[in-house]
Amino acid sequence: MDLQPISGVPALIAQSAKVVAVFSVVMLVVAYTTLAERRVSAFIQDRLGPNRVGPFGLLQPIADGIKNIFKEETFPATASRFFFALGPMLTIMPAVVTIAVIPFAAPLPTPWGVVDMIVADVPIGILYILALSSVGVYGVVLGGWASNNKYAFLGGLRASAQMVSYEVALGLSLIAVLMLGGNVTLTEIVRQQQAMGLWFALPLSLAFILFVIAAFAETNRLPFDMPEAESELITGYHTEYSAMKFSMFMIGEYAHMLTASALMATLFFGGWDLPGSWDDAFWYQGQLIRGFDAAGVPIAAAPAVWKTLLTLGAFAFKTGFFLLLYIWIRWTLPRFRYDQVMQLGWKVMLPTALAYIVVVAGTVLVLDLVGVPYGFAFGLVLTLVSALCTGAFLFALDRGRIITGAAAVGEQKLLAARRRGGLELAPGSAAGAEIASAAVVDAGD
Amino acid sequence: MAVSVKVMRRPEPERTSYLRAALSGMALTFRHMVNPHKVTQQYPEEQTQLSPRWRGTHRMEVHADGRPKCVACGLCPTVCPANCIRLVGGEDDQGNRYPIVYEIDEFRCVFCGMCQEVCPVEAIHVGRHFENAEYTRERFVYDLDRLMAQEHPTTLLWDPSDPLSE
Repeated sequence: MDLQPISGVPALIAQSAKVVAVFSVVMLVVAYTTLAERRVSAFIQDRLGPNRVGPFGLLQPIADGIKNIFKEETFPATASRFFFALGPMLTIMPAVVTIAVIPFAAPLPTPWGVVDMIVADVPIGILYILALSSVGVYGVVLGGWASNNKYAFLGGLRASAQMVSYEVALGLSLIAVLMLGGNVTLTEIVRQQQAMGLWFALPLSLAFILFVIAAFAETNRLPFDMPEAESELITGYHTEYSAMKFSMFMIGEYAHMLTASALMATLFFGGWDLPGSWDDAFWYQGQLIRGFDAAGVPIAAAPAVWKTLLTLGAFAFKTGFFLLLYIWIRWTLPRFRYDQVMQLGWKVMLPTALAYIVVVAGTVLVLDLVGVPYGFAFGLVLTLVSALCTGAFLFALDRGRIITGAAAVGEQKLLAARRRGGLELAPGSAAGAEIASAAVVDAGD
Repeated sequence: MAVSVKVMRRPEPERTSYLRAALSGMALTFRHMVNPHKVTQQYPEEQTQLSPRWRGTHRMEVHADGRPKCVACGLCPTVCPANCIRLVGGEDDQGNRYPIVYEIDEFRCVFCGMCQEVCPVEAIHVGRHFENAEYTRERFVYDLDRLMAQEHPTTLLWDPSDPLSE
């Protein structure tokens, strides 16, 4: 079989087909994620959820779409019309286009050449995603500000503060990935995970945890949905929006979720990779190969349609898992208080990410000096180091000192003051609990 | 009677942990996600089991020859607290009284069941039925023919000598 990359007119057709296919799949997945969210939340709360439109409610997203198209568009009298209309556009656009740089399957062989299963393999990969997903917050801020509504305004302000705080941790948690991947293109990062034989979630477990937390904050999902905060701000930045503009904010949110889930799958769970090296395929000096033998001679890859389909399924499964995780967490955890969000972002995530970069860089340096080649053993050592870091991080979080309720903080200070005054508290004893509860009453006074 | 106070004891701050609480919460929601306690009744497909004493849409009992059992004594419009029954009585050649007009406004009705209790010939009844939605208000005024055409089971009245229906 001809293992040359596709070129000429067939390449143009293949490219157009990929763009259309990926865009429609994104829209479809977004629509059905909204349904999944409603159904899963219903199951979690022992309800049934929307199950009337079509079998199992499968036509519900279409009904929602029709409803939103035919609803009245309202413009608040005092809103700034231009920015009010610009907000939803700025939210939906970056969320949809970022998916373009994520590889979603193994290369597909065709009679005209091999087609890479990625819409745009741009050389700036992750930077493109970070840059564009930051544009998304402008939509939220502009929409909130232009509405001329105090709740929308507060939502927009919170969105900007939260984005600034968590963008830093998100970027820093990616540094560790880039150090192992050695490149910012996502195809290269997938390839490096194949070469190591370990998905980066293991050798970079702490980076993975930080990335997941930061991504939740970036997509404004619970427990970080400060900009929306139904119980505090009505619906925050999109309070004044109706009909399709509201729908665009929603599509933007879910598309952002999809992109973030696909990124987690790609950066930390090998993207479309499946265990074993049978499906590996990447370009090396114009040839499609699946690795090097002991002598460093490239081994030609054997792309096949069934391999492409299987890896596409693997990618869809991984992404779907993270989408489900988003929904699952949303319906479990309560919203953080605003100061807690800031505290977690600046006092926990940022220092941890910085320290972790130093640890990973140091480990990689030592391994290079010792002469361990990049591969499975290399990954195992990193896994061990990262496991220690993750353990320490979780232990520190688990001490309950970092995120506590306001009452607990006051109580803590009071107990500390009483201890200084010579109070003895036997941990777990009835007397200790008695005094502690008395302390609570005192704090209330 | 002493007022009891329930003291909710907060865990000591040294022992509180956001992380473990979050994980146990996730486990709980996961159990419900994969195995929801199905308590919802899918109403139009699954019918509600109405109590024998359910008081709903009225019906008028009829004789075997198709005449209403009502003798137009006028007790039900008198006792009706919502004043929703309109009755105009008449008398035939043999001196039998019968209703010329008998209308019940189901919108005004409070479904107390006193018309059924007071009826000396057990003609008017409230019934075990509630699905009487209509498109216009006028349709909620049931005339005699419509009341006689109802087929749902009638309500079992509460018996003071057997208060628990044993």
